[in-house]
Amino acid sequence: MNLEAKAIDIRKDIIDLIYKAGCGHIGGDLSVTDILVDLYYKQMNVSPENINDPDRDRFVLSKGHSVEALYCVLADKGFFDKKELFDTYSGYLSKYIGHPNNKINGVEMNTGSLGHGLGVAVGMALAGKMDNRSYRVYAVLGDGEMAEGSNWEAITAGAHYNLDNLTAFVDRNRLQISGTTEEVMTADSQENRWAAFGWNVLSIPGNDITAIDSAVSLAKGTAGKPTVIIANTTKGCGVSFIENKAAWHHKVPNEAEYQQAMKELSERRAQYE
Amino acid sequence: MNKIANKQVINDVLLEESAKDKDIVVLCSDSRGSAGMKPYAEQRPEQFIEIGIAEQNLVSVAAGLASCGKKAYAVSPASFLSTRSMEQAKVDVAYSNTNVKLIGISGGVSYGALGMTHHSATDIATMGSMPNMRVYLPSDRLQTECLIRTLLKDDKPAYIRIGRNAVEDVYQEGNVPFELDRATLVKDGSDVTIIACGELVGDARKAAQELEEKGISARVLDMYCVKPIDRDAVIKAAKETKLIVTVEEHTMYGGMGSIVAQIVAGNAPVKVVNLTLPDEPVITGKSREVFSYYGLDAKGIVKTVMEQL
Repeated sequence: MNLEAKAIDIRKDIIDLIYKAGCGHIGGDLSVTDILVDLYYKQMNVSPENINDPDRDRFVLSKGHSVEALYCVLADKGFFDKKELFDTYSGYLSKYIGHPNNKINGVEMNTGSLGHGLGVAVGMALAGKMDNRSYRVYAVLGDGEMAEGSNWEAITAGAHYNLDNLTAFVDRNRLQISGTTEEVMTADSQENRWAAFGWNVLSIPGNDITAIDSAVSLAKGTAGKPTVIIANTTKGCGVSFIENKAAWHHKVPNEAEYQQAMKELSERRAQYE
Repeated sequence: MNKIANKQVINDVLLEESAKDKDIVVLCSDSRGSAGMKPYAEQRPEQFIEIGIAEQNLVSVAAGLASCGKKAYAVSPASFLSTRSMEQAKVDVAYSNTNVKLIGISGGVSYGALGMTHHSATDIATMGSMPNMRVYLPSDRLQTECLIRTLLKDDKPAYIRIGRNAVEDVYQEGNVPFELDRATLVKDGSDVTIIACGELVGDARKAAQELEEKGISARVLDMYCVKPIDRDAVIKAAKETKLIVTVEEHTMYGGMGSIVAQIVAGNAPVKVVNLTLPDEPVITGKSREVFSYYGLDAKGIVKTVMEQL
């Protein structure tokens, strides 16, 4: 499978879903897409066939507001009916809520309030160690989310227990709802901060699937400590007028913007035909 | 006088059961000593996780363990567990419906002179307000044992609050009436019903004996199951007795008495008087002194019944 092409297809789905539902966190969805594509289509041992297998890999989307990206990947992988998702997302009585919910096939844990997912992932990784299971645990955090103190409790514990079966990502797109992360609350240097707490730190171009894939493989081969991958991403990645604009944190495209975004993505997708 | 604290019973039951069930995991937040969990921690190191002084992470990690099939018991002072990690309890435990039992130790005003930072007089309100979260305040060591053994068999969230010190037995060894989510009838009566939970059940029972000597027939219900509360027992009491007095080691809003009053008002209106801690920082003193000051002990309960009946 060509993962770059898949990532473009998922981006088109995300924009479709948000346009149709009239809501969604488009900027963060597009920055995290490549990480999800590498994990779900290449690196993680999880599929609709093994969702109850105790040895499956675990994924926690701590930045739960990027749920549209996660739902589009899970639907494409066949965890649930894509048409049902698109027909009902965030609508009256829909089971597809605007943040991940573990009643949905493929979602391990409810998230949405920031600063929870890594602690939960530490618990999952500890359970794997206790039971001598080979599964790995992945958590994706936002960079604005790193201001949550509870994350640093989890980071401390992850290093204390040498959880080398745990890999965290920081989606370092440098924007949050009110502006740049550095204006709102200094987030640099994530690399130094995690390293000081005892984690193996990898810093990569976060929308480059080859780089993501290499980093995940490196993390798998790192013994004795957990790994964090600081994914230096572009918020809104893949659509020119959405990229790097805080206003697109959860703005919904109008018809013209929708057409323009789909046109850009389709043109890029055509290169892979 | 019984010397065995409720927390010691929890340690003993978990230690015993964890020998047979490798999925039982106990987590503490630098609280193994105050929680009475040292024997467990020493004898089951492979099923014990120290989290350090980080209550938020304590609860998140417990939820992650539970999502992988573990029976997680997070044991930490009730004050911090019910407020510092309230959001983790709400999202990671209650909303995510994970098999985490939150054990709030040294509950209520157990820490006495340490002051309001260490009191947990709001935990019924904070924990009970969350959908999916059950709230239990067992009275004595014998009921605590029944409760923990029963909760070990289910896979749903619960918050259990216990006090710091040993309390007098309410029940007799070998004869502990217990049905999950049903109030225990400690004593029947026809004039007034005293509904109590936690450590104050003993006071309610003593008060009922004193009232009997004064010719007043008092029913005593041990409402250890604050949520889901035993609605039938409350409505029955409202229909069969002229007055309900609730007694709890909790502030006046959102506690067991509030829940009782809601049920009575909607189903069988009768006078309900809530004996609670005040809506202000409590006085300095040991538990018993605090109870006495605010009229939560047997003497205060008798006085209230005599005035209100």
